[in-house]
Amino acid sequence: MTPTAPPALPPDVTAAVERAIAAHVGRPGALLPILHAVQDALGFVPPDALPRIAHALNLSRADVHGVVTFYHDFRNAPPGRHVVKLCRAEACQAVGSEEVVRDVCERFGTKMGTTRADGALTVEPVYCLGNCALGPSALLDGALRGRVSASGLAAELPDVIGAGGAS
Amino acid sequence: MSAPVRVFVPRDAAARSLGADAVVCALEAEAARRGTPVTIVRNGSRGMLWLEPLVEVETAAGRVAYGPVRASDVPRLFAQGMLTGGTHPLRVGRPEAHPFLARQQRLVFERCGVTDPTSLADYEAHGGWKGLRAALDLSGAQSVEAVTTSGLRGRGGAGFPTGIKWKTVLDTPADRKYVVCNADEGDSGTFSDRMVMEGDPYLLLEGMAIAGVALGATMGYIYLRSEYPDAERVLTEAIARARAAGFLGERVLGGTKAFDVELRRGAGAYVCGEETALLESLEGKRGIVRYRPPVPAVAGLWGKPTALNNVVTLASVPWIFAHGGAAYREFGTGRSRGTLPFQLAGNVKQGGLVEVPFGLTLRQLVEDFGGGTRSGLPVKAVQVGGPLGAYLPDADLDVPLDYEALTAKDAILGHGGVVVFDETCDMAALARYAMEFCAVESCGKCTPCRIGSTRGVEVIDRIVAGSQRAKNVALLEDLCETLTHASLCALGGLTPLPVKSALKHFPEDFGLERAVAARPGAGRP
Repeated sequence: MTPTAPPALPPDVTAAVERAIAAHVGRPGALLPILHAVQDALGFVPPDALPRIAHALNLSRADVHGVVTFYHDFRNAPPGRHVVKLCRAEACQAVGSEEVVRDVCERFGTKMGTTRADGALTVEPVYCLGNCALGPSALLDGALRGRVSASGLAAELPDVIGAGGAS
Repeated sequence: MSAPVRVFVPRDAAARSLGADAVVCALEAEAARRGTPVTIVRNGSRGMLWLEPLVEVETAAGRVAYGPVRASDVPRLFAQGMLTGGTHPLRVGRPEAHPFLARQQRLVFERCGVTDPTSLADYEAHGGWKGLRAALDLSGAQSVEAVTTSGLRGRGGAGFPTGIKWKTVLDTPADRKYVVCNADEGDSGTFSDRMVMEGDPYLLLEGMAIAGVALGATMGYIYLRSEYPDAERVLTEAIARARAAGFLGERVLGGTKAFDVELRRGAGAYVCGEETALLESLEGKRGIVRYRPPVPAVAGLWGKPTALNNVVTLASVPWIFAHGGAAYREFGTGRSRGTLPFQLAGNVKQGGLVEVPFGLTLRQLVEDFGGGTRSGLPVKAVQVGGPLGAYLPDADLDVPLDYEALTAKDAILGHGGVVVFDETCDMAALARYAMEFCAVESCGKCTPCRIGSTRGVEVIDRIVAGSQRAKNVALLEDLCETLTHASLCALGGLTPLPVKSALKHFPEDFGLERAVAARPGAGRP
């Protein structure tokens, strides 16, 4: 295998990737911790960073690509300024989560599993947040919310409502 | 000036999801305004989740609870003498006296909600580390014997006897062995693992240390799902404190045994709750299910013998070592010994954690503890055991909750999650969702699960659309048979349970005449 020269990365990406590698490279099974550290720092795992990570762990690029794409958590592009993850598992369905999904998409002018064109908001599905007695549940920028509604989320995201997303 | 009054506000994620942090801010502000000193303790949750945030005040007559408290309630609560247990519409009274808690038998959750989760002093003062101290005086074989005697079975869902698993690890010669805690609690309707980790993290660490000491493993890993950031924070702090205090590390409790614990974060794959996929993920690979044999107890993490147990299984171990396997065995029924922390969820009035001995009926759990549905409408179905568990109709709710009784009903107990649905739910949509979920989460290794789940969605769509119904029902049943018998792991193997139970008990939701799908003796009259 003859690896081609890795593409040049922006300096902040390089710095984050190198920090992640340095922090975890000696640990057994270091790939997931490194990917998490990169995403924690940058909000996503830049595909162009994979060759560097593969090299550091003595893995093939295909191996690393395979791992990144297997897990739902890892993004290959930056998310919106706000990320709303709406639970769609059974316990939340029992208390109307599908209506919440519909209402949120309508109110914020976006679709499930996408980032709004203006980059203000990403709405994604999640399957169980462990808050099953207080559903429907959501993660709003990483913070758990119980008994959510579209209007409640809108009140917490005033900068997203009416910010040019609705089409 | 009088000593500060201790006020407890849970740091549990469920309490925080309804504003517990804002309540803390309001309490501090109001206390400062009045010049009344208070000390806020962020405890775990008592598990009466419909009352969260449940604020408790330490009074001369014991702890008095108020809930559900909103930040805006705080000034009035102060005005009505909350700090001395004064009356107020939100006053719950002594939490232990609440019927929801008074009727429970808490072994695993005895400390949860009572103590400050990361306080080592609290943990020790409430019986902590007794099990580990006892285990350090036992041989490996004696420790395994204690677990075998207890009758403890895997609480993650499979119900495999923990004693047999531990014996296999003990008897397999190897230069290294591991303890791995499965904290990938992905089943909808379950949160007992999360509550242990957030509310009593040293209990889990003690259980892991006992396993390590007993089986000769020096390293333990907790594989925690990424959806639990609160648990990650608490565990990270607890591991550091336990290590600094000598409960973990080179010399456990100052003795000759070494055991340490490392926390690893999952990445949003449901299938990684399957033990062999979890091991692959821990090793830094795609979470693809392994062929068995060999079982992980023989060749697990990095090919070494691995005791891979669920959070609640490991959290049950300290009690067994502190009180003896025989004492644990006193609880329960048949071959299901001890207690199980059930989780009441979904459309239920009083949702939360109910730890009781096996043998309670599902109806007692849903009606007596749960108080029926949150919506007030009749119960239509109850799903027991997560997304791979069967939907039981009202007629089946008198089933006793133990592993064998549920198996006899073509259902599973799983991780003890109980999700209630009222009569507005569409069982065909839920059956379709089960197949869709399997398609989304399949690791892709075996064909029945990878392909069959997508075909299942299509066939259910055709049935609901009224296209060649009899033929497509037969096809769906055939497909379910294939998934059941030919899948590599429980994801494909058990997805037919929710699908077939929905079809059997609620054919009208699929647009079918009851007679077409119902088999003799099935469903309601």
